[in-house]
Amino acid sequence: MSKTFDVAKIKKDFPLLERTVHDRPIIYLDSGASSLQPHVVIDAMSHYYATTHANVHRGVYSTAEEATILFERSRQVVGAFLGAVHPAEEIVFTKNTTESINLLANSWGATNLGPGDAVVLSIMEHHANIVPWQMLSARLGFEIRWITVDSEGFLILDDLDALLEGAKLLSITAMSNVLGTINPIRELAARAHAAGALIHVDGAQSVPHLGTNVVADDLDFLSFSGHKVLGPTGIGVLWGRRELLAAMPPFLGGGGMILDVKTDGFLAADPPQRFEAGTPPIAEAIGLSEAIRYIDTIGIDEIRSHELHLTTTALDALAGRFGDSLTVHGPGPGAHRGGVISFTLEGVHAHDMAQILDSVGVCVRPGHHCAKPLMRFLGVPATARASFGLYNDEHDIEVLLEGIDQAAKLFT
Amino acid sequence: MAELEELYREIILDHYRSPRNKGELASPPALRAEGFNPLCGDEVVVTVDVNGGVITDIKIGGQGCSISQSSASMMSASVKGKSVEDAQATIAIFKSLMSVHEAQLEVSDASPEEQPIDLKALGELAALQGVVKFPVRIKCATLSWNTLIQALGDLPS
Ligand SMILES: Cc1ncc(COP(=O)(O)O)c(C=O)c1O
Repeated sequence: MSKTFDVAKIKKDFPLLERTVHDRPIIYLDSGASSLQPHVVIDAMSHYYATTHANVHRGVYSTAEEATILFERSRQVVGAFLGAVHPAEEIVFTKNTTESINLLANSWGATNLGPGDAVVLSIMEHHANIVPWQMLSARLGFEIRWITVDSEGFLILDDLDALLEGAKLLSITAMSNVLGTINPIRELAARAHAAGALIHVDGAQSVPHLGTNVVADDLDFLSFSGHKVLGPTGIGVLWGRRELLAAMPPFLGGGGMILDVKTDGFLAADPPQRFEAGTPPIAEAIGLSEAIRYIDTIGIDEIRSHELHLTTTALDALAGRFGDSLTVHGPGPGAHRGGVISFTLEGVHAHDMAQILDSVGVCVRPGHHCAKPLMRFLGVPATARASFGLYNDEHDIEVLLEGIDQAAKLFT
Repeated sequence: MAELEELYREIILDHYRSPRNKGELASPPALRAEGFNPLCGDEVVVTVDVNGGVITDIKIGGQGCSISQSSASMMSASVKGKSVEDAQATIAIFKSLMSVHEAQLEVSDASPEEQPIDLKALGELAALQGVVKFPVRIKCATLSWNTLIQALGDLPS
């Protein structure tokens, strides 16, 4: 089936793109932080609230049953999107990537890690994939080891086998939210397994933009957030291999995660309910599955090639227009990078850059992007980051360049 | 965009390009405090020498955006040589400028109950009033001031 990628048509699916800021059309270049939502997602959620809402897994009345079916069907849609074999048991709904990783650390980590053990991270991780391990390490006394990056922003993997020796887990992002680097996840999984370690992939940046297949890549755990994949906030996913989840204790306790409770203890439910204490994000799960259906109708591969084209165009244009005065922190154009462009312009702080870009309607993010260890390692205090989504086009890049031009003029 | 021009006044850009009192004093004897703006990663180190109740020297270290750097630079110029008491009065006026509602800046039709800010007392610091229209940037402008308050807080009372 051949699909044509019609950006003008896609833009119309996203109501937020109709608004203006400072009397100019909004140019949204912050999908790395959070994506926009198409009508179908917003509609599916309000339709659910207007017609079906009830708590799940409890009632016997019609709407309660319908809500439960919709909620559980969302698990199937998410599972299929990730290539999971047993979605009904392997897809755990959380609040976001951050909560998914905290769940993993406090459940799998707390039962499997202790003094003498090690967890391997990379220096390009988001704080979400650092701090939970640091908190746990302070409690349990295991070691955290770091994979570093080279001057282009690629992982240095020469000494990976030594880092993995005796390690129990490699927890690593599939794509850097600062550099845009796409990491060789399949190779990393193979090398982790060869060393006897498990692999958890932070898919917050990769799942929305690159195809994901947890089986082909031979992963053990994967996390991502709904709000970066055209879905709503308030929902995230932890996928785990069935046998691993089955051996893990609960994270949060409460209703919904038990089989039985007595005065002297409780019996935990099977996964995924075991990890979903309390009323889950029902409307959000429905919104997320609608977002994934929307992506499926366009095609994740088509989205990827569109975004790769935009990234290459933007990198070439930035280099052409601003030369050496503009530094892109991350790899040059090519298939090894995603649509995240972190840059600094000589003499203009990222915060000022973002402010001036806002005045022409362009939304980019300034700062450390929740990756302070990486920023320290690179020796840059802050960058401005433009990141693409399927709804961006070449005109958006032109306005970005116009804004950078204005910043350059104002500050020099 | 007019608001942007108000934000980036020439005097602000001048302090950003050529910051006054840049560096760090030996501490001790200087009082020293560090401030962070986790939002954008700005960091500031304020060191002050206080002798006989007078701020005899002040230096600003760290890095940040034009608003935080120029505000720090102007702050250092405005409190250097002042008594701690006078410096604290300036801090209070500046902080009220940053917490004021935009409308209060239009002094002419301020209602009698609303105390207009004494912009004259602020001298060139008044150039930072454009920041008030950009609520996110207020934290940038006040970072060094809060850090100075922290440093002066170490004074034996
Ligand atoms: C690579 C990566 N990991 C984790 C996160 C955290 O996602 P959330 O804030 O949705 O938990 C982000 C989001 O910025 C990210 O880019």
